[in-house]
Amino acid sequence: MKKQDVSRRIKNFEEVALGLDETEAVLEAKRCLECQRPWCVRGCPVGVDIPRFIRAIRDGRFEDGIRIIWEKNSLPAVCGRVCPHEVQCEGVCSLARGCSKFMTAKGRARVEAFLEQFNLTQKRRRPVSIGALERFLADYAAEHGITPYTAGSDMKGKGKVALVGSGPASLAAAGELARRGYHATIFEALHAPGGVLRYGIPNFRLPEEIIDREIRQLKDMGVEFRQDVLIGRTLTIDELLSDFDAVFIGSGAGAPVLMGIEGENLNGVYSANEFLTRVNLMEAYRFPETDTPINIGKRVVTIGGGNVAMDSARVALRLGAEESIILYRRRREEMPARREEIENAEEEGVEFKFLTTPTKYIGDDEGCVRAVECIRMEPGEVDDSGRQRPVPVAGSEFTIEADTVIVAIGQRPNPLIPTTTQGLETGKIRNIIADESGRTSIKGVFAGGDATTGAATVILAMGAGVRAARAIAEYIEGCKD
Amino acid sequence: MIIRLKEGGERIPLTISGSDPKKGLITIIFQEIGKTTIELGRMEEGESILNLVGPLGMPAELKNFGTVVCVGGGVGIAPILYRVKALKSVGNRVISIIGARNKDLLILHNEMKELSDELHIATDDGTLGRKGFVTDVLDEVLAENRVDLIIAIGPVVMMRAVTGVGSAHGVRTVVSLNPIMVDGTGMCGSCRVTVGKKVRFACVDGPEFDGEFVDFDELLQRNRRYLKEEAASLMVMRAGRCTCFEETGCE
Repeated sequence: MKKQDVSRRIKNFEEVALGLDETEAVLEAKRCLECQRPWCVRGCPVGVDIPRFIRAIRDGRFEDGIRIIWEKNSLPAVCGRVCPHEVQCEGVCSLARGCSKFMTAKGRARVEAFLEQFNLTQKRRRPVSIGALERFLADYAAEHGITPYTAGSDMKGKGKVALVGSGPASLAAAGELARRGYHATIFEALHAPGGVLRYGIPNFRLPEEIIDREIRQLKDMGVEFRQDVLIGRTLTIDELLSDFDAVFIGSGAGAPVLMGIEGENLNGVYSANEFLTRVNLMEAYRFPETDTPINIGKRVVTIGGGNVAMDSARVALRLGAEESIILYRRRREEMPARREEIENAEEEGVEFKFLTTPTKYIGDDEGCVRAVECIRMEPGEVDDSGRQRPVPVAGSEFTIEADTVIVAIGQRPNPLIPTTTQGLETGKIRNIIADESGRTSIKGVFAGGDATTGAATVILAMGAGVRAARAIAEYIEGCKD
Repeated sequence: MIIRLKEGGERIPLTISGSDPKKGLITIIFQEIGKTTIELGRMEEGESILNLVGPLGMPAELKNFGTVVCVGGGVGIAPILYRVKALKSVGNRVISIIGARNKDLLILHNEMKELSDELHIATDDGTLGRKGFVTDVLDEVLAENRVDLIIAIGPVVMMRAVTGVGSAHGVRTVVSLNPIMVDGTGMCGSCRVTVGKKVRFACVDGPEFDGEFVDFDELLQRNRRYLKEEAASLMVMRAGRCTCFEETGCE
């Protein structure tokens, strides 16, 4: 996929990846093998019928294509941009894993014939760019005014569901509920809907207009949005239960994790949440035209190896930092960020220091951070995550200068709802305990996404939202009998 | 609660100083100090604020403590008034001490007088009540009375000083902290304060904490984070356009 030129893009917040045009999309669609057993579908947490929509693109039936996606996914423009396709649908694409022992003899023969026809060696088996095709269809629909099926008002009598938080889990759940004829009301604490899509993902990766567009489509389907309501304070879960037939908690993992090391409260040390919220939600990059400021130094150090760390380091460059450095305590290949985003960051000039972790922040007389004391790490024994746990190398301390630090080492669920809802069972990190279908310890209360699992991906949250929506529909039907 | 006036506006935390649930009313008293509060002050009757969310944070502890001294400084007198009312409603004896730089900046003293069992006033220049700081009065009050709790709301420096006087007399002081916030729901961590060596978020864990354990120096330092930008924002508002920010950073 074409990208915005590096020298230009580090000076703006416009989208980096430019998308496919019609010809490119059809060409890409033609690479699909149309497997008998489509692995890609199983690799998709919401089960989009991928081969069918790719076939529609191949035949030039773009409107059919987007409608096929909408059957299972209410946010294709978002997913086409931020899903980790490489470990989901594309990761299991037969083109990528053509040698799979699970393939039928017939399937393998097709793969071999295809590879031969296009003169591809074993090493160059690039999967079909499913994410790019999904994005193409979503953008095509927007350009051509194609909108999802709008449920008839006669179906609205089926029941009322309250959804807490307006991030991917609730949006997906609301889409599914609306399609099934339920009235969904989403409650959001902030002034704008979208949750992490809005405050956490920068515009250059997911433009605001895209979020607005998909939310507008949900509104067209009858989903109601109520901003400025903090569930757990303004209204409690119990209060929601008295007004609605069921409640879904999709409050996400919005609480920042800090390391608790010396100097972390110095001025200039940001949690990634604060840094990205100021820039994305509050548009601090337009200050003083907008009212929320942000401080950015010449040398910015970001701690962490996930997408949030990549986003923060890249935002820092766009805000005018001369140097943007990422410290990660493990090795390069262990970084949880998407490959594509790591490459984008590198192209833009972000510097990486692996096997390095901060031990304290050093400030000046004014209380502003000036340097980061670090220690080198080496891979130790294998831990729960299946990776070697990094251990500090004694005596390897060193300092690097920094005037801004962004701590991007993870998020935890916000404890507000568990602490204000009696009888709601929680786990180790105050995550809400829910089963596969999102059922919690309270009857009629469902939960899904990061609020139950801790920080994960947009599409996993959406998958959980959709499963919960189905369970909610079943639950409400059951109550009527 | 957190309010945002308009598109592009910042989210600022303000304290409620009165409410009438039947009429659906809340009262907020604020001081015009930065761009947003000045703009809020300029609003006409009938105009509306774009966003308002609340109540946020932990509810204050309310019971019959016995004798409570309520100390309010500057605009902090507004929430203290609300508190005196609540404390009286559950049977406390309330001694209030309020102060400001001068008589003109002292708000609500008639209301405070009506509600409190005893009211002391201090102004820096002596234009009303006694000349001096609220802490001078507090010291005397604590020497003469058996006090069970002190509640202080006002500037950070005042709350720090009140806590010091309280400690010297062996009385616990509860303070209401006002760090810089963004979302106000525990999401961003902008408002982190160190209390008893632990990092707490004032927006969800507070705003009230035991003064004895608060790291006031750190709070003062963190509250200075955007002084330069706040000044720039005001200048832009007054000039109608930015005249200096880009070149000089308004230093």
